[in-house]
Amino acid sequence: MRTSPTRRRVALLGIATASVLVLSACAGAGGSGGGDSGGKVTLTLATVNNPQMKDMESLKDSFEKDNPDITIKFVQMEENDLRDSVTKDVATQGGQYDVVTVGSYEVPIWAGNDWLSDLTSLAGDDDDYDVDDLMPPIREALTVDDSLYAVPFYGESSFLMYNKDMFAAAGITMPDNPTWDEVASYAKQLKTADTAGICLRGKPGWGELFAPLTTVVQTFGGNWYNEDWEAEVDSPEFTEATQFYIDLVKEAGQPDPVSSGFTECLNLFSQGNAAMWYDATSAAGSLEDAASPVAGKVGYVHAPVKETAESGWLWSWNLAIPKTSKHQDAAWTFVSWATSKEYQQLVGTELGWSRVPPGARQSTYELPEYQEAASAFAGITNDVMNSVNPEQPGVDPQPWVGIQYVTIPEFQDIGNQVSQDLADVFAGRSELAGVLKSGQELAQKAGDKQK
Amino acid sequence: MTTLEAAERRAKRTVKETPAEKRDLRLSRALLWPALVVSLVLTQIPFLVTIYYSLQSWNLLRPADQEFVWFANYVTVFTGGDFIPSLISTVVITGTSVVLSVLFGLGIALLLDRKFHGQALARTLLITPFLVMPAAAALIWKWSILDANVGVLNWALGLVGIPEISWNTDLPLVTIIMVLTWQYTPFMMLIILAGLQSQSGEVLEAASVDGAGPIRTFVSMTLPHLRQYIEIAALLGSIMLLQVFDPIAIMTRGTGGTKTLSYLLYERAFVGLEVGEAAAYGVVTVIVTIIVASVALRTLFQIFATDGDK
Repeated sequence: MRTSPTRRRVALLGIATASVLVLSACAGAGGSGGGDSGGKVTLTLATVNNPQMKDMESLKDSFEKDNPDITIKFVQMEENDLRDSVTKDVATQGGQYDVVTVGSYEVPIWAGNDWLSDLTSLAGDDDDYDVDDLMPPIREALTVDDSLYAVPFYGESSFLMYNKDMFAAAGITMPDNPTWDEVASYAKQLKTADTAGICLRGKPGWGELFAPLTTVVQTFGGNWYNEDWEAEVDSPEFTEATQFYIDLVKEAGQPDPVSSGFTECLNLFSQGNAAMWYDATSAAGSLEDAASPVAGKVGYVHAPVKETAESGWLWSWNLAIPKTSKHQDAAWTFVSWATSKEYQQLVGTELGWSRVPPGARQSTYELPEYQEAASAFAGITNDVMNSVNPEQPGVDPQPWVGIQYVTIPEFQDIGNQVSQDLADVFAGRSELAGVLKSGQELAQKAGDKQK
Repeated sequence: MTTLEAAERRAKRTVKETPAEKRDLRLSRALLWPALVVSLVLTQIPFLVTIYYSLQSWNLLRPADQEFVWFANYVTVFTGGDFIPSLISTVVITGTSVVLSVLFGLGIALLLDRKFHGQALARTLLITPFLVMPAAAALIWKWSILDANVGVLNWALGLVGIPEISWNTDLPLVTIIMVLTWQYTPFMMLIILAGLQSQSGEVLEAASVDGAGPIRTFVSMTLPHLRQYIEIAALLGSIMLLQVFDPIAIMTRGTGGTKTLSYLLYERAFVGLEVGEAAAYGVVTVIVTIIVASVALRTLFQIFATDGDK
């Protein structure tokens, strides 16, 4: 008699757990596609919830006024949700979205799967659109076999930011093109009990830690794969670069590296608690904001290098039209509006020139109003964005186009797992050699599928 | 007493059941069918679909390579080297957090189980952590309390001369357990407090008349009385904690032994985009969870079980 209530309770727990897990494993996507009704078209746009995208939503009335037949429905999501939801929709031919926001990492993969409409002639035939004005390295990253599959809404590279006051106080002059060895020695000089010499991302994730770390690996002469898709994660160069990065963070970096991603470093640096910060060019907008304590005190120089001439990364958020959309023409009307020169004027006059989406068009950097609003960083951003080479960012040629990521489906997973293991190296729980060895095995498995 | 009566009633019913009663029974069973069918459809069909997916090799970004692979995904689950560490993490995190929050909950409940000024206010304040959304709680801990730059905890430690601690980097497991214990202590406290307040004052009075001191009274009278309440609190707490996800996703990202089964599943499905593998992990997780939970809970209950009562 004693055990029976217990057993019943245990069984109850089992059933409850089972159903919860099963239900949570099947959380699916819902939603509806827009349909035609009397010539009127509703376009559903899936987008990431960045400030620039929110600006776009607030300006959509202007588009709808000019195009009375088209209504835009915005679906904003957090980056990971967007990736998941859009991938599922496009992969299963759901047809829920007419326009999707895609990162530059996915564009070549999706284009290879024949999921995206070819925009080459649409963009090329429209003289007002001026496709040649789009940032050349980004256009390269979005082009597969000479066809353009997406157009950039905004783009970024990476550069080194430093606190001018701290450098002046220590009597150090920052060169325009610093090397990593120089940066490491400055960082060690400027490190004090309260301030970090440099802030570098350590938060696990292929888009967190591995965004800056991959550029360091590439400028040290290493890479994820060689030209024949043979993995090189345990090569001496990859090891040296990673060891350098980890040592630099440990000796002169921020405390609690595994917690620090873009936002955390932004906080630390803008409060004057770090002397340098190597990260995205888009950070400059926040640092020069009127509310920022370091506004006007920050210097910007090219990404530090070792073996290569440039080492900035390249990332863009782009608009693309899935093949499953039933409103291809209307979708292009919207996409070309949102990425046009007129849209930039609209943002400038309606919302302020500092909010113009950066890094997508070269002409952005010729607008006098923008140059004035972003005087501290507009020049260097334009410079860096035009000088990076996505076809061969490292020392040796690579079989994909892109910096900071590898355009194969498995890269998210590999980057994520290796960066989690590197967190253990940061904490001293495991050895770098072992981590890179298991990373090598993962990468080789994925590389074999590419051959 | 009550169990005896119920047993008697049950015995009577099985012995003499009139045809009218039988008809009633059949009708009430028939009325239950729709609900049963709905719940079967809602719980079992997704499970069957999950099993079907688990036999496929399917990466969302490689649509051309989708194929039926029998049990290859299950082989990956057991030979991939992720599953067992993750299972251990889940058991360690859930177990430690439940035990700690029951202990703290018991302590706080004992303190609250008396009359004092501002009792209602104190109780409300103590319950608050459980009412905060898990993601919001994790963010508060990450930014306000544990942050190396602006966190309160490192500042406080600095006051007493302890060097600052990089919580997420050096002590990820402790961090997660700390947050979960903080969050679940009020829940345990509530249930145990209900138990304490249902204890008859006469019994305690009798005990003190018989010469039992406060410790003896607590060990021999209160604790056995609370056993059922502690059991149910631990049971519900374990169910909820087995699925914990938010603090791991927000704070440690599965590093340093905090990759629980739910986080591993999320990674396989949404980072790896391996639908088949994730489904296989899901199926195995369900089975293993049932086994582990049964064993662990039975052991737990045996510790509390004392002979002679109920």
